[in-house]
Amino acid sequence: MTAILELDGVFKAYPGEPPVTALAAVDLKIHLAERAVVLGPSGSGKTTLLHVAGTLERPSRGRVTIGGQEVSGLSDAELSAVRGRRLGFVFQHFHLLDHLDAVQNVALGLVYTGTPARDRRATAIDALDRVGLHRRLGHRPAQLSGGERQRVAIARAVAGQPDVVLADEPTGNLDSAAGQQIIDLLAGLADDGTAIVVITHDPAVAAAMDRRVAMQDGRIVSDDGPVSQ
Amino acid sequence: MSRAGYTSLALGALLGLRARKLRTALSGLGIAIGIAAAVAVLGISASSRANLLAQLGAEGNLVTVTAGQSFDGSPAPLPLTAQPMIARIPPVESVTAIGYVPGATVRRTAAVPAVDSGGISVYAAQPGLLGTLGGGVAAGTFLNAATARYPAVVLGAVAAQTLGIARVGPATQVYVDGRYFAVIGILRPVPLVPALDEAALVGFPAADALLGLGGHPTQIYLRAAPDQVQPVVSVLPFTANPAQPEGVQVSLPSSILAARAAARTAYAGLFLGLGAVAVLVGGVGIANIMVIAVLERRAEIGLRRALGATRRRVGLQFLTESVLLSALGGAAGVLAGAAATAGYAVASGQPTVVPAVSVAAGFGIALGTGALAGVYPAARAARLAPAEALRAT
Repeated sequence: MTAILELDGVFKAYPGEPPVTALAAVDLKIHLAERAVVLGPSGSGKTTLLHVAGTLERPSRGRVTIGGQEVSGLSDAELSAVRGRRLGFVFQHFHLLDHLDAVQNVALGLVYTGTPARDRRATAIDALDRVGLHRRLGHRPAQLSGGERQRVAIARAVAGQPDVVLADEPTGNLDSAAGQQIIDLLAGLADDGTAIVVITHDPAVAAAMDRRVAMQDGRIVSDDGPVSQ
Repeated sequence: MSRAGYTSLALGALLGLRARKLRTALSGLGIAIGIAAAVAVLGISASSRANLLAQLGAEGNLVTVTAGQSFDGSPAPLPLTAQPMIARIPPVESVTAIGYVPGATVRRTAAVPAVDSGGISVYAAQPGLLGTLGGGVAAGTFLNAATARYPAVVLGAVAAQTLGIARVGPATQVYVDGRYFAVIGILRPVPLVPALDEAALVGFPAADALLGLGGHPTQIYLRAAPDQVQPVVSVLPFTANPAQPEGVQVSLPSSILAARAAARTAYAGLFLGLGAVAVLVGGVGIANIMVIAVLERRAEIGLRRALGATRRRVGLQFLTESVLLSALGGAAGVLAGAAATAGYAVASGQPTVVPAVSVAAGFGIALGTGALAGVYPAARAARLAPAEALRAT
């Protein structure tokens, strides 16, 4: 079984006196259709792990491989293309653009993958349909509840059919009922073969995932290991 | 990037600006004011110039010949041969003469004391005067071969006003040097020869017979072929008065008018300078607002980078917004400047001329200012590290 996302001996240190080590010798392999959750206290390096895995930050040392391609030597344009085509992101604060409606927000994710304009809208509507928001297409974020906003964000993350969806505290700003809907949606993504990596404090999220990775002080301290397919 | 890419870039920028309407309007205002000032200044001076050209008959080929002044300051007479000789110079297209009648006064009636002449001079004129000068009558008719023989008078625009005559009726008369003359017409202002506005014109035969002129013209007006004006001017003194060519004065009233108009538009440079300052300040304002926008929209920049936008694309997005913002200001400025020009032109009875080059230059300067103002903010946005940008919420 080949890994779609692989971290190999990854270090990440931020300059300072003394330098802050956020990740120390992290090895992690994520496979297609895997549901993994990364747990750990604040400051344990979870978010840095997600940023490095998502090519939003370059590691200080070590290798990050996505879909068999080692990303350290890639140019900005090539890295951006990897992000646009292979990865989807879901954030705690949704990061929707207030002046765009739900369809436009979802279609935004397709602008940078070179999808033609006429296809973007149709694909965005399909994605919103998948997250149950087909009645909210023309609504702007301000007109949506927190749970609905996060569903728009999930639709945006999956509209481009990425291999991996990386979610950072996706239920952190939601009440438990809305949070449960988001958990179900994320868990359901793996049924189509998409790998899910969720960073969370929320035990309910952790319970819904197949594989638990625990972090402490920038290291992985426990890992259920890949679930055999 | 493909054409579709640029289209979505422009659309995205437009949506972004629409989301911040008040800020867009305020930051585009500086550019709009500057461009409006520049377009209005250029438009108003072009309108004045068009008006002037209309007055000059477009060519500026009118030439005036006088014999200078006599000892008492009144115009000196030219020889009787002057006009027929000048008419023989081949490039001369038309020629006409007027003769100053010394000492003649014009009054409404004989009851008005002679000292209250109102400063109106009496000239003998030929029927072809208006054709050469490009004037017209506001009321009544001008002198013709018949009325030139009888006590008939045509009043200049100011003279008519001074005498209180606004209309020409069969019984309208003025008292000229001891007898009543019928008023047969009132002239429109003659910008090329303002002296005629304050004059009363009678025919040469009538002036000779009734006012003792003696047939001598004091001024000759002629139109020369436009490309032959200078050669004609050089031979005019000898032609007009071969005995005393040094006493003949030749002038081009069109060049005097043109100089006067140039003096009137001397302030144009000042206003253009002020417009340039406004555009500069507007550009700084846009740069400032775009730097703030980059700071405020760090999360959006991080998101776009996470969605696959390259550094270049993010930079282009902010550059496009800056250019678009400035272009909107420029377009508003061009419209406002054109409206100001039209307002001024209509109010002062001039033709409305908004030079295409000023519109194109105004818009081009706005675009250039927006591009310059956007370079630094765009570079900042592009340099922002995506992970760091995403941490800003």
